[in-house]
Amino acid sequence: MTIDPTPGGPSPTATVLELRGARKTFGAVVALSSGSVRLRAGEINALVGENGAGKSTMVKILAGVHQPDSGDFLFDGHPIVFRSPAESKAAGVSVIYQEPTLFPDLTVAENIFIGRQPTTRFGFIDRAAMRAAARALFERLGVPIDPDRVAEGLSIADQQIIEIAKAISLDAKVLIMDEPTAALSGVEVERLFGVARALRDRGSAIMFISHRFDEVFGLSDRITVMRDGAFISEHTTSEVTTPEIVRAMVGRDVDQLFPKQEARIGDTVVSVDGLTRAGVFHDVSFEVRAGEIVGLAGLVGAGRTEVARALFGIDRYDAGSVTIGGRRLAPRDPMASIKAGIGFVPEDRRKQGLVMDMSVSRNTTLTLRTALSRLGLVSARREREAAADWSRRLQVKTGSQELPVSTLSGGNQQKVVLAKWLATDPTFLIVDEPTRGIDVGTKSEVHRLISDLAGRGIAVLMISSELPEVLGMADRVLVMREGRLTASLDRSAADPETVMNAATGAEPALTTTTTETSR
Amino acid sequence: MPEQTTTPSAATSGVGPRRASSATGAVDADHRDAGRVDPESASERRLRRRRRLTGRGAIMVYALLGTLIVCSLTVPRFASVQTTGFLLLDAIPILMIAMPMALVIITGEIDLSVASTAGLTSAAMGVLWAAGWGIPEIFVVCVLIGVACGALNGMLVTTVGLPSLAVTIGTLALYRGLALVVIGDNAVADFPPALTSFFTSKIGATGIPTAMIGVAVIVVFFGVLLHLSSFGRTLPAIGFSREAASFVGVHVGRAKFWMFVSTGVVSALVGIYWTLRYSSARSDNATGIELAVIAAVLLGGVSIFGGRGSIPGVVAGVLIISSVSYALRLGGISDVVLNVVTGLLLVGSVVTPSLIAVIGAKRRSRRSAREVLAASETAAA
Amino acid sequence: MTTSHALAPSTGTGRSPIASLVRQREVPVASALVVLVVVTTIANPLFVSSQGVKDLMLNATITVIMAVGLGTVIITNNIDLSVGSILGLVAFGTGSVFAAAPDIPIVLVFLIGLALGALLGAINGFLVTVARVPSLVITLGMLYIYRGVNNAWAGGQQYFAGDRPAAFGRLSVDTVLGVPVITVIAIVVVVLVAVFLARTRPGRDLYAIGSDDEAARLFGIPVSRRVLTAFVLNGTLTGLAGVLYASRFNSVGATTGTGLELDIVAAAVVGGIAIFGGSGSVVGAAIGAVLLTTITSSLTALNVDKFWQQAIVGVLILTAILVERIASIRKARRLRTSEATNA
Repeated sequence: MTIDPTPGGPSPTATVLELRGARKTFGAVVALSSGSVRLRAGEINALVGENGAGKSTMVKILAGVHQPDSGDFLFDGHPIVFRSPAESKAAGVSVIYQEPTLFPDLTVAENIFIGRQPTTRFGFIDRAAMRAAARALFERLGVPIDPDRVAEGLSIADQQIIEIAKAISLDAKVLIMDEPTAALSGVEVERLFGVARALRDRGSAIMFISHRFDEVFGLSDRITVMRDGAFISEHTTSEVTTPEIVRAMVGRDVDQLFPKQEARIGDTVVSVDGLTRAGVFHDVSFEVRAGEIVGLAGLVGAGRTEVARALFGIDRYDAGSVTIGGRRLAPRDPMASIKAGIGFVPEDRRKQGLVMDMSVSRNTTLTLRTALSRLGLVSARREREAAADWSRRLQVKTGSQELPVSTLSGGNQQKVVLAKWLATDPTFLIVDEPTRGIDVGTKSEVHRLISDLAGRGIAVLMISSELPEVLGMADRVLVMREGRLTASLDRSAADPETVMNAATGAEPALTTTTTETSR
Repeated sequence: MPEQTTTPSAATSGVGPRRASSATGAVDADHRDAGRVDPESASERRLRRRRRLTGRGAIMVYALLGTLIVCSLTVPRFASVQTTGFLLLDAIPILMIAMPMALVIITGEIDLSVASTAGLTSAAMGVLWAAGWGIPEIFVVCVLIGVACGALNGMLVTTVGLPSLAVTIGTLALYRGLALVVIGDNAVADFPPALTSFFTSKIGATGIPTAMIGVAVIVVFFGVLLHLSSFGRTLPAIGFSREAASFVGVHVGRAKFWMFVSTGVVSALVGIYWTLRYSSARSDNATGIELAVIAAVLLGGVSIFGGRGSIPGVVAGVLIISSVSYALRLGGISDVVLNVVTGLLLVGSVVTPSLIAVIGAKRRSRRSAREVLAASETAAA
Repeated sequence: MTTSHALAPSTGTGRSPIASLVRQREVPVASALVVLVVVTTIANPLFVSSQGVKDLMLNATITVIMAVGLGTVIITNNIDLSVGSILGLVAFGTGSVFAAAPDIPIVLVFLIGLALGALLGAINGFLVTVARVPSLVITLGMLYIYRGVNNAWAGGQQYFAGDRPAAFGRLSVDTVLGVPVITVIAIVVVVLVAVFLARTRPGRDLYAIGSDDEAARLFGIPVSRRVLTAFVLNGTLTGLAGVLYASRFNSVGATTGTGLELDIVAAAVVGGIAIFGGSGSVVGAAIGAVLLTTITSSLTALNVDKFWQQAIVGVLILTAILVERIASIRKARRLRTSEATNA
């Protein structure tokens, strides 16, 4: 999937928001040692950096959630302090987080105007005016969403649009988007970027954080690089290349992003036959062989994670079967799947992959609780040894095994998840978005690890929305669209166009077609 | 998203334990020592010991010891054999129910219907005894009532997916109502003296009630279950994050279901105890002790959000409240003060650590904001 | 330049002004009430005699007022278990005030009761908001503390109907257009609070807080202030109920109001207020309160053994939660399929 690089808007002049040499510590942890960024009106600035580089802390400072311990914070050239998110908002800074925060029980219109609803003469809320204002906003964005519907159940893409509508109605001078495309599909990403460009052309200063280089280069006018809590460099997008940016981020050359080993492919390990769940996926059949990495590509919402979850037993399915190691797998029973040799590294690390409040040690050995026990009782000492052993193997960087896993960086957290599953000695490993939200350095470690696993004979199913990752790692690429498998491509036959065609489709399928942007 | 619950699967025979394999042998060849943290190193051991000795549960044990010492010194006749007897006899119902209740709260749920289950059991005892049933049969029926009450709670919470606070408020009314239907206004008092005196008897000269043996078994059972068993490992995980727990194969619904059954069964046992200790079966027996149990459990360090808590802490919490109550009564201070003291203990124990954290954070952020503003102004000048 | 989707505008739900204050959540409990009254009347026509109806209204008044107050707190995803103790304190306080100063103007007594209730509610609110501790725990503790204070203050003392001025007692007897005065007060309370919650900014903020309080804070909603307001409102309304209690019932003492809190929570839940906050309305809570108190009278009129009453209340609560759950699952399913067709 490529996004056309766009020429910058009207030549940017005024610096609206600037942070210089900001420092922020939380107890003993130095989150930011010298953070700097300059946001200019009519310009889109992409903030890139590995995990732990301090980007989130920067965003929180700009949003008023945190106050820097030291450094200069200037708004329109004047020093400023945001003591709370409300002050930041009042100054005209709007932030859209990765997980949109709409109030599910309130309507869309109420969500947009919460805290400042238009009122009638007597101080009561003027519903009609609110509805009309919301409708006008959506028309301007070209997105028809019913202002009176309850926010619960809206897709993430729609929720983000509503957040942007909120920002517009607040007359935001600065719009900050934190990994906005993490949960979006191609068409939705285009829509979002179109809106962002429109805002830029109107004179807003926009900053967005992303790990996806094609988006960074496609949308931004400038790129700001951070590393290890400090500002490294700022570049004009049209005058810099990806390797230069990567080098700045990582401090070293990363020449091979996807170290694919050639593995010997053996017999079929797992076979999925006609898996169906009404309204979600239909008649999905495929096989994964020992030593093979099968990539599962498709747009967000195509049903890939749903198939994986049903396969593993978290969700149910209505028809079809899963066979592993020659035996039929009992449905709806994750424990049975684990015992049969399946491991599942889920999409959402924080909510599904790990118990954030529990220690690194406990998290790593959670899958071993039966294996490490005698007569139903667990030996704490063997637990600790097993955890330390796996941490060492995967080089999990942590101050102590007893610390809560929430204190680790994203990349190390993912390693704990992997360790947890590798400890069960699986024959089939499902990894869902294995490198989402992970810095470049750890990303390649994870890829190397997955390659190794395949090399040792483990069958791997890799779900990923990053096309380069899928094309780089997989021996075979399966493509899903609206709940069905639309293509099964050999490595040699898989290229971006073919995969995207299969993912977006030309003929109408289950529901209304979406019009696709041409290149 | 509607709650996903796993239906209890067919019992899969325990496959032999998988040993941690060397699946990633190739990976660690070059990086053997990087990121190595030896769990038995001195610093790690120190960290663990620190956590164990200063955790909330441990603090409550120290508080209990402190309370006992203060009471013994300030209240005459407190440090005596009689005290042990009566104090423990009063504490037994709360101590018993607090055990499974702690586990329920750790998994992130709550059960307000325990007192009503005890009352229903008591009512059934009275009616069956008056109808001429034998004691062993009555005991069996009572336990079954406990199972049924717990199972209904469990089913509504796990299979149907209703919030436990609301459900157990409903069953609190339902079970107490059934107790009324079963026995009405009557009280049955003519239980065999041999049984009733057993429940008030003490072990030798120690003053400890004989019934404490059974209670100790219950305490040890739940303590081992929570802290030492592989099943118990899953309970805090469920409380912290039910999704993550189900991803590692934990049958969340089943675990919670059995937790509710356990509160039901233990509540039934309390119903039996209460009836025989006071030699009276009434529909309003044990009314209100659900709040005393929850107060003691929370005081003992179990977090209402789930995930955190220890059995020793809960035992200490129960005994602290019982000791203070008994000491006040011995000291001639009216009962009402006890209410206030229980409330203050509960409120103080949760507010103080929270307040300290909040005040600290506010002071830090105000200070840094001031500094930044001052620095910016001098820089811009 | 934006991509245009072939999005059909989602099915708009046009809201008529009448339906704006009362949404679908109130329908189940209102229907249950209607069915109950109809069935009972068929069996025993005296149930809806003028005296019968008056009794129904009188019985419901105090529960309605308290359910409205507690409902407001529950909407913010909090709870106040100390309302029974607050009621007892204020009721006994009212009795004491009349005993000490029999000629005191009744309006002043009302103000004192409201102020005392507000103060107790404020204490709860402060502890919950400043200390950021779950309200279940805090108000459980305050339940004990307030009850203890009530015990200490009252001791064995009780105030009876004879100890209060006749005019005060008549509030529960006199009627306006057939409706007892205290019930009129209750109705006014319901309307005022309902309008506050549906049509004013602070009111809508409460729903936002109950829906997602972290997000609310990020948006600059003064969460602590709003939650404190909810607790003070609840305290004030409970204080009002306490004063009315002293007017309606024949004795107030140390144990007044014990155990009432769970009945009030039940009324709110039955009335459609979600236990985790964010949705429901106080109109529903009021109807729930009426339903629960009507059951008692219903059972008597139907000659059902009074011992069945509590069990039936239990079944009702469970049914109410069950119905709410089924309704929300169906709504979510409907929204999901409409999203899928629009995508």
